Amino acid sequence: MIERTPVLNLVTHLILLFGLAVAFVPMWLVFTASSLTIQEINAPPISFIPGDQLLVNLTAAWQRAELGTKLLNSLIVALAVATGKILIASLTAFALVYFRFPARMLIFWMIFATLMLPLEVRIVPTYAVAANALAPLQAILDVSGLSALWAYVTGVNLVMEWNLLNSYTGLILPLVATATGTFLFRQFYMTIPPEIVEAARMDGVGPLRFLRDMLIPLSRTNMAALFTIMFIYAWNQYLWPLLITTDRKGYGTAVMELKRLIPTASTTGGGTPEWNVAMAGCLIVMLPPLVIVALMQRYFVRGLIAADK
Amino acid sequence: MADISIRQVYKSYGRTEVVHGVDLDIHDGEFLVILGPSGCGKSTLLRMIAGLEAISAGDILIAAKRVNDLEPRQRGCAMVFQNYALYPHMSVAENIGYALKVAGIAKAERLRRIATVAATVGLGDFLDRLPAHLSGGQRQRVAMARAMIREPQVFLFDEPLSNLDAQLRVQMRIEIRRLHRRLATTSVFVTHDQIEAMTLADRLVVMNGGTIEQVGTPSEVYHRPASRFVGSFIGSPAMNFLAATIARPGIATIRAGHAIAFAETDFTAPPGTQVEIGIRPEDLIVTSPGTPDAIEMQVEFQEELGAGRLVHGRFAEQDFIVQLPAGHKPVASLSLFVLAPAQAVHVFDAQTGRSCRAAACSTGPA
Amino acid sequence: MEHHAQFRTRWLVALLLAPQVLLVFTFFYWPAGAALFWAFTLEQPWGGGNAFVGFDNFTSLFADSFYWASVGRTIVFALASSCLAMGMALVLALFCDRQLRGYAYYRTALIWPYAVAAPAAAVAFRYVFAPEAGVFAGLNAMYPGLWNPAMSGTDAMIMIIIAYSWKFISYNFIFFLAGLQAIPRSLIEAAAMDGSGVLRRMRDIQLPLLTPTVFFLLVINITDSFVDSFGIIDITTEGGPAKATNLMVYKIYFDGFKGLDYSGAAAQSIVLMVLVMALTFVQFRYVERKIHYK
Repeated sequence: MIERTPVLNLVTHLILLFGLAVAFVPMWLVFTASSLTIQEINAPPISFIPGDQLLVNLTAAWQRAELGTKLLNSLIVALAVATGKILIASLTAFALVYFRFPARMLIFWMIFATLMLPLEVRIVPTYAVAANALAPLQAILDVSGLSALWAYVTGVNLVMEWNLLNSYTGLILPLVATATGTFLFRQFYMTIPPEIVEAARMDGVGPLRFLRDMLIPLSRTNMAALFTIMFIYAWNQYLWPLLITTDRKGYGTAVMELKRLIPTASTTGGGTPEWNVAMAGCLIVMLPPLVIVALMQRYFVRGLIAADK
Repeated sequence: MADISIRQVYKSYGRTEVVHGVDLDIHDGEFLVILGPSGCGKSTLLRMIAGLEAISAGDILIAAKRVNDLEPRQRGCAMVFQNYALYPHMSVAENIGYALKVAGIAKAERLRRIATVAATVGLGDFLDRLPAHLSGGQRQRVAMARAMIREPQVFLFDEPLSNLDAQLRVQMRIEIRRLHRRLATTSVFVTHDQIEAMTLADRLVVMNGGTIEQVGTPSEVYHRPASRFVGSFIGSPAMNFLAATIARPGIATIRAGHAIAFAETDFTAPPGTQVEIGIRPEDLIVTSPGTPDAIEMQVEFQEELGAGRLVHGRFAEQDFIVQLPAGHKPVASLSLFVLAPAQAVHVFDAQTGRSCRAAACSTGPA
Repeated sequence: MEHHAQFRTRWLVALLLAPQVLLVFTFFYWPAGAALFWAFTLEQPWGGGNAFVGFDNFTSLFADSFYWASVGRTIVFALASSCLAMGMALVLALFCDRQLRGYAYYRTALIWPYAVAAPAAAVAFRYVFAPEAGVFAGLNAMYPGLWNPAMSGTDAMIMIIIAYSWKFISYNFIFFLAGLQAIPRSLIEAAAMDGSGVLRRMRDIQLPLLTPTVFFLLVINITDSFVDSFGIIDITTEGGPAKATNLMVYKIYFDGFKGLDYSGAAAQSIVLMVLVMALTFVQFRYVERKIHYK
């Protein structure tokens, strides 16, 4: 389209450049801060020019927050959650789309309705369940009288306990259920022409073979998209790791450890706040998701838009 | 190779019944075409034969074996779908050979058979391509090859040509016909295109509203339509219909007082019966003005077809079409007088829409 | 969906659904049920389990002025952060969609903040807004006490709103841009043929057609601000100073885990749950309409 609007074009670029500044300046300040000495950083005004202390500060942050262990924990959790979500979402959607059974809509809505129950609104009782993941089962058995029956028959009281606190299972399992992922896969499966499953049936294929030969190869792009957003989601989790890990040394994740690096009156003990080290830690912790987004940008945008529809 | 028996087959989705008790025998080796408008139940019937839809009531037998409860793979049918349903992530060779792979046939044997079938349909050079990189005609051939490689007892075609352009459609039609001559496999072909149906069929089944209207050879269905629906659905331009009353054997009167003669030996409606007279545009003969009982049609406009000329107009407050033979000069007058030969006049009961023919073509098993 | 559903193997369906159903039951529905139970009961001081107290927990909650203060701050936070994040994103998306030179770079650059963990952004902004070292350090040196989120509730609120919105600008931008690109090019061209200029087209064509996206994002932004603000608050202010940033979600955490008032926290959870449900319901209605349009 031929449209000559030089002034407006200039304004457009200015607006967009302002947007870029908003996006980049805070992170640039993090970067410069993490390369300054403690004296430089506490001398106003704030510096936009990096210093030469980057490695020193990175090392200090790495050691002080034991980021080696924490990053490894974060990586394990993020990988497991993302993989688990893909696995569970694809299987659930497969059952919901390709099978005919009575409670189909009920189960669909049951999963979908979990969108209305974010962790933050059920945090205390979810913590209680995590302390003993078998408590719901025990309660059901107690109420239904099956526990009493068991005790009567065997003479042993039925006590089931499965504590998830301070464990990878506890960090991972409650985050794996996924309504958005299931919805994404369901939408994708429904865009595959139904004739494909019919042709496959005519070719003599059963459900599992259909899943393996058709759906999994066809959903590679979807899996990549979901993996990207879910990896970032899991890496950036804060509240749940905070609750479920009392043993921060062994099971703390990188993102929640950030708080320990923030200089406050109690940690500095009246000394000069070490913002340079805190920012170095911040830099390290936010890097992995950024790398993932940089590598998988196409999938990231796609997954994000598809998942929230 | 097998014959197929369809006995009192019904299909309902919840409370909606879409196929109402169909009886049909498909002979071994025949090419049967099911024709009907969209939503008439023809595809549903085909899918019930394939095993893709459950049968609500009745029985389907393939080679004298009841197949109601068999999985599609156990029925010995192969199917060509309207949108081809090629597996998008598999090459042409993998698409064609997939059924054999599932059946556990060794790779060497598989490759040999893929090569043979691919050569038959002219796909030898495209075996490594993905479906996305094929033209519409080539995709159609892959779908055919995929059905052929299994050497099925029955071929099922679900409007396989409707996604092709006109020229390719004619070409594929000929190829399908040629293939059937060579393999002589029982074939059931569903379409809404009457030309496709007329040219391909050994026998034609016309369906409407979930029931069979008529079964017969294309010629029978065209020349002796068993119902008003069949008469109107087959033939282009469409049959003219005129409301009339039987005056005496062999003569019906149109409201305007015109009498129309029909072949009385064929039709046995008692005098006084309300009927609809059907006359195909190509059967009408131009006559001179003033001929007794000639239909005087008000001419509106004309269409030159090359192989003929269509005259559109009105008669008895209805649209009326006459097809003139090639070489006929344009009609210059405002009205045209035409006569219908008695043997070209079709008579349908106004109430039931069925033909008043004494021995109307059977609707049930032949 | 009906045409796809070709298989019927019951045991396989059970097997495929079991993991998700068990997880959803154990970690979503059971805790939600437990929250309900706690909200309507009270633990007895000398043991003996929980006694049913009806709406007492809610009555005392609604009589608590601290709670209403928290609700008020939550609303302020939700509206301010949604407007900020959506407004900026909308302007950026509208101008980015003009697809002038460098369009692809702008687009890429504006997307990435979404990948930054909210707590990491919070740490960053805590530094950027630190009174002694951040952007206001210079001003503070001249006028002591001008800016201090650790002392001033207003400053703290401004800080968490900006820290929270920063990331959501990207999120909204992605959706606005996708929404704009879904508008057929021919419409823009038709408007141009009708003599409508760039800004006029934004107002007359693009904005009206973007209304569904705006509405959808508004609901998402508000819902998320109710729950997702936790990390930001915990890292930057911990609800302070003097509870100035003690939003509903943080109060639940604080009363439940620090105050060990399970019944009170559960009652607050239920209120927040109802709010989220209401918003999600509104969104469902919208999703339904959108499906209709297709």
